[in-house]
Amino acid sequence: MNEESIKQIAEVVARYGANQESLVEILSDLNAQFGYLTQETIVEVARRLNLPQSHVFSVATFYSMLNVGPTGKHVIKMCEDAPCHLRGGQEVWQALQDALGIKFGETTPDGQWTLQATSCLGLCAVGPVVVVDDEVIGHVTAERIPEILARYRDEPSGGAA
Amino acid sequence: MTYRAQVLVGSAGEKAPAVEQALLGKIKELHLDQEIQVLEASTLGHPEQPVEIAVYPDGVHYVNVTPADAEVIVTEHLYKGRPVEPLRYREPQVEPLPAPSTKEVRVVLRNVGKIDPENIDDYIAEDGYQALAKVLTEMKPEEVIAEMKASGLRGRGGAGFPTWLKWQFARNSPGDEKYVVCNGDEGDPGAFMNRRVLEGDPHAVIEGMIIAAYVIGAHQGYFYVRAEYPIAIRTLRVAIKQAREYGLLGKDIFGSGFDFDLEVRMGAGAFVCGEETALMRSIEGERGMPTTRPPFPAVSGLWGKPTNINNVETYANVPQIIMRGGQWFASMGTEKSKGTKTFAIAGKVKRTGLIEVPLGITVREVVYDVGGGILDDKKFKAVQTGGPMGGCIPEQFLDLPVDYETLASVGSIMGSGGFVVMDEDTCMVDIARFFMEFVQDESCGKCTPCRVGTRRMLEILTDITEGRGQPGDIERLEKLGEYIKKGSLCGLGQGAPNPVLSTIKFFREEYEAHINDKKCPAKVCRALIEYTIEAEECIGCTRCARNCPVDAITGKAREPHVIDPTVCIRCGICQQVCPVGAVHVE
Repeated sequence: MNEESIKQIAEVVARYGANQESLVEILSDLNAQFGYLTQETIVEVARRLNLPQSHVFSVATFYSMLNVGPTGKHVIKMCEDAPCHLRGGQEVWQALQDALGIKFGETTPDGQWTLQATSCLGLCAVGPVVVVDDEVIGHVTAERIPEILARYRDEPSGGAA
Repeated sequence: MTYRAQVLVGSAGEKAPAVEQALLGKIKELHLDQEIQVLEASTLGHPEQPVEIAVYPDGVHYVNVTPADAEVIVTEHLYKGRPVEPLRYREPQVEPLPAPSTKEVRVVLRNVGKIDPENIDDYIAEDGYQALAKVLTEMKPEEVIAEMKASGLRGRGGAGFPTWLKWQFARNSPGDEKYVVCNGDEGDPGAFMNRRVLEGDPHAVIEGMIIAAYVIGAHQGYFYVRAEYPIAIRTLRVAIKQAREYGLLGKDIFGSGFDFDLEVRMGAGAFVCGEETALMRSIEGERGMPTTRPPFPAVSGLWGKPTNINNVETYANVPQIIMRGGQWFASMGTEKSKGTKTFAIAGKVKRTGLIEVPLGITVREVVYDVGGGILDDKKFKAVQTGGPMGGCIPEQFLDLPVDYETLASVGSIMGSGGFVVMDEDTCMVDIARFFMEFVQDESCGKCTPCRVGTRRMLEILTDITEGRGQPGDIERLEKLGEYIKKGSLCGLGQGAPNPVLSTIKFFREEYEAHINDKKCPAKVCRALIEYTIEAEECIGCTRCARNCPVDAITGKAREPHVIDPTVCIRCGICQQVCPVGAVHVE
């Protein structure tokens, strides 16, 4: 683990306090900064909070928003619970999998995209809803998927369009 | 102190401070300063015509006001009660919007969308924190509990436990270190009432929590909000900071000697954390898994200390109960379910969104009068209340009142207030499978009946929807459901079989059609439907064949086409592109 990462962890721990009650927030923050929690991160957090590594790992794997494996450059989250399902969520879900050639919970081999199922975002009035990175997109239909993906694909360093 | 009127002064325009001074001077001169409150506002809608003034409760809006005009307004309008017509702002004549449904009564949502949630002065202008002032300076904790008892308020998280009793338990628990917690882990799919309250009127919830803390004797409180609600979390943090700056949180609130402070804790994506014991484990930095009750949180909660935990909506009701009296609150609702309740209507209705209605309103009124009826005027089939642990209420119960006891009597629950409407095109087996998939995924894994039982139920339901249903499956589902209900520790497991059991109870024939006839009556389950082309209707335009992604359609131009069911993947594209509606589903 490089010094830069250790410094980042130290800062996050200092911000929330080096105690167990801050653990979930510390891990959420680091997850947002690093994309996912590596084994080294977990070991370092455990050391600083004076907690067993197994405890930190067990917490990291319990919450669905904390990742212990790598994620793609863009993370697409979708809630396919009943309210969105009733309004055509299933077609959107399928269209996303077809367009990216992966299933929910997977990352594309080129490391560009990750599909994650999320629990209800409370935006049911504009469902189906898809969240790309942190941007919320409502009233999504299967037909809109190529256009939505293209918006992110065209970003610099995203490869040739 | 309650003022007779409030004058809002828009900050736009360089003369704004002078106008405010003129107002204050004249008010003082006429000895109105005990009756009239002057408040600063950012804009009142027309910053291009400064200085703007609005007088409430009259709702009179003045524009282009000079300091001299301000004195006239005080003398004429505020002193003599005659609005100054020449200075009034007149709305351009526009077609009025349809009025919101008259069946709605806004108590919890009264400020939502009306005030700026990130400006504490807006909340104070709506009598905010006056209930707290009254409680801290005039009322004993026992008197607050008595008022809450008179109101009949019950827990809005879904279980409906009387709030006053919960507070009394926590108050009577021995211990000098106690906590109050606000459950903002609103995870039920289709429920977003708490999100809207936290985003739109955070101070009402904060005020309710401080009052609860005073009653039970707590000095530290926690908001637990799910990470899926980033705006709610941000708004709350701003609100808490402002409340601290105003001395409404911290040491010696209102000079009463009472200390209290609040912190926000964020979830990280675990549905079960909405269960109160799991939620407290999560605040402590553990895996959010439920623990056995008793001991209840009122005896042993956060870090083993007496803790009062209520839902966002429960706390949001408290300030108004104190201000307007328990009797006022109890005048709404039914005998056992008092007050109003927010519901999130989603699914197949014309108007989706958030509503607040008095308890005891009928399901029909919610769906048709408030929700505007079924989308595309289709036929109502059922409404799922109470989230994934609730049940489906069929058409024959449309006229039942919505209250805690009645919903329970038909196999559903009030829950936190999700209201998912389904129409004739909804397959009840598919929906039941769907909810089972949800609870199976969200089961924390602690109790075997919940962990393994929900998986078995999901497998059976999947088999049924994919055409592999066996005789006896329905009975197996019922039996498993009962075991899971009895053998699980928390509300998630105890409620997990509800959607399946209630759909079996009211829509058994749909299950039987799937199992025995291998048909899906709502034509939803792909394995059980078949697309066909009616030869007499087909004009042979070839559009379906050209659009079929798997080349399952054959036929010559201007001749009837045929779909090969062994190749067809039931995507439905042919039906969408057919210009004459010749493609049918069976």
